[in-house]
Amino acid sequence: MKRIHLTINGLAVTGKAGQTILQVAQQHGIIIPTLCNFPGLAPAASCRICIVEVAGYPRPVPACATAAEQGMEICTDSERIRKARRMIVELLLAERNHTCPVCVMDGACELQTLAKLLGIDHVRYGFISPQMTLDISQARFGIDHNRCILCRRCVRVCDEVEGAHTWDVSGRGATSRIISDLAEPWGDSGTCTDCGKCVQSCPTGALFEKGPKKAGKGTPCLERIVEWRGRKNK
Amino acid sequence: MEELLARWQRKPDALIEILHAAQQCFGWLDRPLLGMIAQELDLPPSLVFGVASFYHAFRLKPRGHQTCTVCTGTSCHLQGGSRLLHELEQHLGIRSGTTTEDGSLTLEQVRCLGACGMAPLVRIEHEGGGTSFHAGMNRDQVVKLLQNAIRGTHSKGVPLSPVAIYGDIHKRIVLENCTGTAPAAGLYCALERAVLQMTPEEVCRQITESGLRGRGGAGYPTGRKWEMVRTARGKRKFVVANGDEGDPGAFMDRTLMENDPDRVLEGMAIAGYAVGAASGFVYVRGEYPLAAQRLRDAISRAEKSRRLGRNLFGTGFSFNVRVRIGAGAFVCGEETALMASIMGRRGQPVIRPPYPAQKGLWGNSTLINNVETFGSIAAIISRGSEQLRVLGTTDSYGTKIFSLSGDVARVGVIEVPLGTTVRELLDLAGGVTGGGFKAAQTGGASGGCIPAEHMDLPIDYESLRDIGTIMGSGGLVVLNDTRCMVDVARFFMRFCSDESCGKCTPCRAGTSQAVRILDRICGGCGSEGDLQQLEELCLLMQETSLCGLGLAAPTPVLSTLRWYRHEYLAHIRQGSCPAGVCSREAMG
Repeated sequence: MKRIHLTINGLAVTGKAGQTILQVAQQHGIIIPTLCNFPGLAPAASCRICIVEVAGYPRPVPACATAAEQGMEICTDSERIRKARRMIVELLLAERNHTCPVCVMDGACELQTLAKLLGIDHVRYGFISPQMTLDISQARFGIDHNRCILCRRCVRVCDEVEGAHTWDVSGRGATSRIISDLAEPWGDSGTCTDCGKCVQSCPTGALFEKGPKKAGKGTPCLERIVEWRGRKNK
Repeated sequence: MEELLARWQRKPDALIEILHAAQQCFGWLDRPLLGMIAQELDLPPSLVFGVASFYHAFRLKPRGHQTCTVCTGTSCHLQGGSRLLHELEQHLGIRSGTTTEDGSLTLEQVRCLGACGMAPLVRIEHEGGGTSFHAGMNRDQVVKLLQNAIRGTHSKGVPLSPVAIYGDIHKRIVLENCTGTAPAAGLYCALERAVLQMTPEEVCRQITESGLRGRGGAGYPTGRKWEMVRTARGKRKFVVANGDEGDPGAFMDRTLMENDPDRVLEGMAIAGYAVGAASGFVYVRGEYPLAAQRLRDAISRAEKSRRLGRNLFGTGFSFNVRVRIGAGAFVCGEETALMASIMGRRGQPVIRPPYPAQKGLWGNSTLINNVETFGSIAAIISRGSEQLRVLGTTDSYGTKIFSLSGDVARVGVIEVPLGTTVRELLDLAGGVTGGGFKAAQTGGASGGCIPAEHMDLPIDYESLRDIGTIMGSGGLVVLNDTRCMVDVARFFMRFCSDESCGKCTPCRAGTSQAVRILDRICGGCGSEGDLQQLEELCLLMQETSLCGLGLAAPTPVLSTLRWYRHEYLAHIRQGSCPAGVCSREAMG
C-alpha cells in the first residue's frame, strides 16, 4: 500500500493512499468532530460537522468523505471552521425539538456532546419546533421524529449491514422524515428484523429502546416522553 | 399494471417511469399500489415510498375532479402569481397542495411552466384528461372559471404560446434551424462528418479548440470534460443531456428541445462517438411534456432514417438515446442528483469527487452536458472551431441563448454572442415596461442581479461572476423600478427551501431559517441583528453545503444585499417597503 505524507494542523503525518482525511486524523489522535459518520458505513457527508480546511481548496471539505492526498495541508480547527460547526449544530438544535432534560439519551447523546464541545450555550435561531410524531408500535423499540437530525445512520446501517432496508427517507427539504416501509407504523413492518442496529447507531434519542435504561444513569424514560408529549398536545 | 411492468421489463432502474405510468393509469399512487410495485421490482418498500414522496409530480393522495395549478415562477410572482395563490387559498379554505373536502378541487402551485409571457398563468386540469391554460389571471377570473368547470362548462383557455425567438439570425448557432420553417436540409450532417471523417480524438480536440464552455451555468470547458470521459477506463460509457430546466424564469432549453430536438440528439451522438459511449439519456423536465414528445418523435424519425441506432453509416458505431422524464424536482438539475434520478432513486446529490466522468451512471464513466451545450456541437463540427471563436469575448466564445421575461415588452428567447450588454438585450426585447430599469436577475435561484449601473457590462462568465451573479442557464428576468428586491430575494430563498433535497444541514435547515428571517424583514418586524444573522447564514451555506443548489442558494440574497442594502434597511428601520410591495402582501 502506497504511503502518503501530509500535514494536519501543522503536524506532519503519514497515511495510506485511499484513506479519508478523517481516518488519517483519527490514526494520529487528532479529533475531528463527526455526526452523520459511523464506522463501517459509507460516508454520507451530509451533516457537514467534520468539515476541514485544505490549503488551496476554495471551500472547506468534509473529512469523512474526502480522500487524503499526498502533500495536503489540512487545518481541522480554525476559527472559520469552529464558527461554521457551531452554526450547523445550532441549526440542528433549532430545527426540531431537542429538549435534553426529558430525552432518553440525555447524557449519552452525540448532538448534546457536540454542542457542549463547541461551547454552545444558546441558540441564535428561532426554534421551529414542528409537531412531529412518536411511533412506539414496535415491540422493543420506538422512534421519536422530534429528536431526529436526519443523519441517516439508521437508513444506512439497515441497508448496508443488516440488508433489510426497512428505513428510508420520505419527502424532501425540511419536511424529510425517516419512514419504515410504506410510511407505515414500525410495528407493522414486514421487513424489519428486529435487530436493533438502527437504535444502536442513532446519535440522538430519536431511536430508542423501550423500558428502563439497562446501564448507567437514567430512569425509565419512555413513560416520561409519552406523558410529556401528551401534555404538549393538549 | 401487469402490462405496464412488462413494458419496463421489471427493471428496478425504471422505477420513476413506472410510477409515472402507474399514476397516469390510476390517477394517484396509493399504498397497496406502491407495495405491489416494490414487490414486483424487488425493491424495498421504503425505497419506493421514499422516491414517490420525493418528487412533487407524484400524488400520494387522490386528486379532486378539477386541479387548479397556479404558476409561481419569477415572472408570475412579479405579476401577482403568489398573491393569486394566497387569495385562492383563502377563498377556497384549503392550502396549496391539498383538496377541498367534497373532493371537487385540488389547488397546486408549480415553479415556472416556462411560459413567462403569459404571467400569471393558471392551469386547470379536468378529470378525464382535458387541460387548459389561462393567462393573466386574477382571483375573480379564476373563481369564475372554476365554478364554470364544476358546472361542466370547460373554458378552452389559451394555447401555451410558442416562445418568440428573436435576435440576428446570422449570429445564431444553436437556434439556427429554429426559423419557423420546415427543418433545414442537412440534418445529422455533422454527425456523418464526425463519424466518417474524424477520429474521436479529433472531435474532442475540435471541441476543445472551439473554446466551448458548459451552457448549464458553471461554464466548465466542454472539451476538457469530453477528454476526461474519453480517456476514462471502462467498457460502458454514457452520455446524458441535462434538460431539467428548473430555474424559474428560464425557458431556453424548452424552446430548443421543442423546436429543434434533432440538434440536441445530433450533438449527443457526436459526443457518444467522441467519448466512446453507445447509449445516451435526455433528461427532460416533467413540466415539459411537449418537449419530451418531440424528442421521442425525433428519435424514432432518426432511427428510421438510420441516423441513430446500430451500426451508423456502416462504421459499426452505435448510439441510441432514451428520454427520461423528470418528476418535479429542481435539485435534479445537479448532475449527481440527475444521475440518481435516471437510476430511479431519490434525486439526492452525492459528494464529488468522484465526478460523473469517473464514476457516473451505474458506476460507469458518464458525460453530462446541458442540452444547449449539445446544441452547439453540430455547428462546431460542420463549420470548424474558428466559427465559434469569431463570436463572443476573449474567455467566453460563441453565443448564448437567453430567455427574457419579467417587465419587458417582448418576452422571448434570444440567441446573442457572449459579451452582449444588458442594454443591447433590452433594446432587442423592446425595452422595459411599467417603469424604469432597476435590475436584471440572471441565473434563476442560483444567481443574482445586474443592477442598473452595470447595464453596459458585457455579459460573459467572468464579468458576471465579478459582480456577484452567474450566467446560470440563461434566464434573465427584467425588473422595473416598482419591484422590491427584498421580496425578490425572499421569493428565491423560498424556492430553494422548497426545493432543497434535505440531505445536508446547511441547505435544509439554513434555508428554512433564512426564509423565516426574510419573512420577518418583509413583514416589517425585522431587526438589524436579523440582517447580520442572514448574512452569516448565507456565508455558511455558501461555504459548507454539499451540492451546487445549497452553495448557490444564498446568491440572490447576497447579491441583493450588495446592491440594494438600503432597501433591506428601509424595511427594518421604517418598517415599510419602499416599493410598496411587501406592505401589500405582508406575510403572504
